[in-house]
Amino acid sequence: MSYLRLGRTILAAALAVPLALGATADKAQAETTLRVIPHADLKNLDPIWTTAYITRNHGYMIYDTLFAMDENFEVQPQMVDSWTQSDDGMVWEFTLRDGLTFHDGAAVTSADVIASLERWGARDGMGQQLMASAAGMEAVDDSTFRLTLSEPFGLVLESLGKISSNVPFIMPARVAATDPFEQITDFTGSGPFVFQEDEWVPGNTVIYTKFEDYVPREEPASAAAGGKVAKVDRVVWQYFPDNTTAMNALMAGEVDFFEQPAPDLAPIMEANPDITVEVNDPLGNIGFARFNHLLPPFDNADIRRAAIMAMGQEDYLASAIGDPDFWKTCYSVFPCGTPLENDAGSDVMATGDVDAAKAALDAAGYDGTEVVIMQPTDIPVLSAFSLVSADKLRNAGFNVKLEAMDWATLTSRRASREPVEEGGWNIFHTWWIGADVIDPMAIAFSGNPDAGWFGWAEDAELEEARAAFARATTLDEKTELATKAQERLWAIGASGQLGQFFVPVAYRSNVEGLIKSPVQFFWNISVE
Amino acid sequence: MFAYVLKRVAMTIPVMGVVALFVFALLRLAPGDPAAVIAGDYATAEDVARIREQLGLSEPLFVQFFTWVWSLLQGDLGTSIFSGKPVIELIGQRIEPTMLLALTTIIFSILVAVPLGTIAAFRAGSLVDRFVMLFSVGGFSVPVFVLGYILIYVFSLNLRWLPVQGYRSPFTEGIGPFLSYITLPTLTLSVIFIALIARMTRASVIEVLEEDYIRTARAKGQSELKVLMRHALRNAAVPIVTVIGIGIALLIGGVVVTESVYNIPGLGRLVLDAVLARDYPIIQGLILFFSFIYILLNLLIDLTYTFLDPRIRY
Repeated sequence: MSYLRLGRTILAAALAVPLALGATADKAQAETTLRVIPHADLKNLDPIWTTAYITRNHGYMIYDTLFAMDENFEVQPQMVDSWTQSDDGMVWEFTLRDGLTFHDGAAVTSADVIASLERWGARDGMGQQLMASAAGMEAVDDSTFRLTLSEPFGLVLESLGKISSNVPFIMPARVAATDPFEQITDFTGSGPFVFQEDEWVPGNTVIYTKFEDYVPREEPASAAAGGKVAKVDRVVWQYFPDNTTAMNALMAGEVDFFEQPAPDLAPIMEANPDITVEVNDPLGNIGFARFNHLLPPFDNADIRRAAIMAMGQEDYLASAIGDPDFWKTCYSVFPCGTPLENDAGSDVMATGDVDAAKAALDAAGYDGTEVVIMQPTDIPVLSAFSLVSADKLRNAGFNVKLEAMDWATLTSRRASREPVEEGGWNIFHTWWIGADVIDPMAIAFSGNPDAGWFGWAEDAELEEARAAFARATTLDEKTELATKAQERLWAIGASGQLGQFFVPVAYRSNVEGLIKSPVQFFWNISVE
Repeated sequence: MFAYVLKRVAMTIPVMGVVALFVFALLRLAPGDPAAVIAGDYATAEDVARIREQLGLSEPLFVQFFTWVWSLLQGDLGTSIFSGKPVIELIGQRIEPTMLLALTTIIFSILVAVPLGTIAAFRAGSLVDRFVMLFSVGGFSVPVFVLGYILIYVFSLNLRWLPVQGYRSPFTEGIGPFLSYITLPTLTLSVIFIALIARMTRASVIEVLEEDYIRTARAKGQSELKVLMRHALRNAAVPIVTVIGIGIALLIGGVVVTESVYNIPGLGRLVLDAVLARDYPIIQGLILFFSFIYILLNLLIDLTYTFLDPRIRY
């Protein structure tokens, strides 16, 4: 090749790059893309098979729900157009909105709804309670179905409109026929976005495109309720394992929205005039120190209460979260700012006094039994919670052993009811999103050791209050029963509650229309 | 030679068998249960048991092992517990960024390190030599993530010359985008390999420069450049090639930090994510894959020796 030809080749290659970039730019102008850093990697796609929050969020992208919770924590119709309830509350009839179609073009029918609810009811806690109270479901016609109860159940709409895992998403009947303990392989939904399966790279990228045939409700978007108007053509979820790189990508304009930046990065991002950092989830998260009620020393309620007395929330939140703008103390077991918030029995949690804890521990007859705290070192917030608990309990006189492990090991070990020396445990820490513990029906508040949460609290009075709550129909009744449940939870020292903390979102100035909600939604958002 | 290659390839089979058994046993002995991770907070013990059953984890261990081996013999590395995708497909999605990053890193490292090491050896004790050694010590000492963040801060956030993160395929998106995305990760990773190869080159060349045949070449009146390039460097190449081969193997399996800092969807991150989630089929498949690559690279390195040093025969 002569030098002249070589030169021409290089020149042609150099020109080709801007031309190619120009073509890409034209395409980008034609289609709008919202580039998102989600809070976790989307590892699996079945929101009924797993309770993972990222899979729930994926579910909201591609599926729709019969009812949905609005920003005032009230249930509103979503796929449902109208419904009736018999005088005795035992027979419910629901009629679907016109124009609901799946991504493959098929109409959403009553058969799809019934099959979806049955699958959800086999896995979800509230779904199981609804199904246990149901005599059956039947299709009246293609768009109307009937739910008949066998016993009173006051949370029919709350169950169908629950905002967090497992959400009763509506799938085609052929998909919902999948064994609830097996993952689905067909991702046809009827939600505002379509999942692009062939572009999914687990651990890195998930792509959704706007579902052109989706018919949104006319009401404005309000949390999970209202019109789900897709205002961008594509939503790209790009998972970042490293928070600092995610922040750098946002600052460089390579992404538009960062769902859960570490709060300690907030000041750096706030210094950038193109970036807004704000709390988008009004309920935040509630920290928990969970005792194993089956093993000594925490098989004794007085010793559990003594431990709780030592746990001042401020120290946990300051060490794990840092910036006081992103946390607040909250001694109600139901998130502060929600309708059932109350202070019944919460003095024990508000104590935060080592001397009082020491005295209570002596009075309870603690014999120095070793307390094993599981510390998940791969989750910074929980690792910090564990360290604070170890310190506080030691100061109060407990004999504490901190065992470091990863979260996967903890999730496996916490299921063990065996003694510590055979793989058991005494305390682990976690958090629930506020929306998951909004009322006494949450599994975190169970008093039934056979069907309850790890730690296996047992209290008949608590279970009576929860059962009555499930049957209650008025807010007054519900408030009274929730208060009673809370009293029992503190009386038996079910868990230490470590306060309410908020993980902010960060986004660039080209993003508009964020919805305030405990769950991050991507409809209603536009990008310039 | 052909018989030797055949023998070496045949030897990979028992080696892979031992690796498979070892990996399987190690994973089952490690604490953690993927069913518990999937089931989440709401699950009862019965739910977890049903998930374990669906995943085939409730079978006796020897049944699980032989089922896996039988699939392997049919060319099936298994299916991810979490994503439901075939492991071979997941490796296929991730192999390109990892391989190309390894390639660019090793090429850049060789281009910089071999001349540097050779010059340092030729001018041993001089200022140039000390500079090369200082760079080597620095290259070994600076953690990859620190260097990565510094480069991102300078070249991406301040100068805006290069993107912060991501990967673009040269095959589907063109060579320009590929180079702009791969430059910073390559620079970050290269520093340690430049340090390693430069030191090895320097030591080897210094040793060779003291040989009799070098003195003879000089006595015959050959120029210093010829002595260096034709006699010294070629004879010093065997240990250098060994280090480069080990470097490639390390780059393919062990660049998880760089992949995380630059958000490159490569094999290192795939294996880390799988370990954290206890996704057994992915871990097993990847470790087998890595061990195969190591065996293959070792074979290639051994064969390269024969070209560099005609005295080596198999």
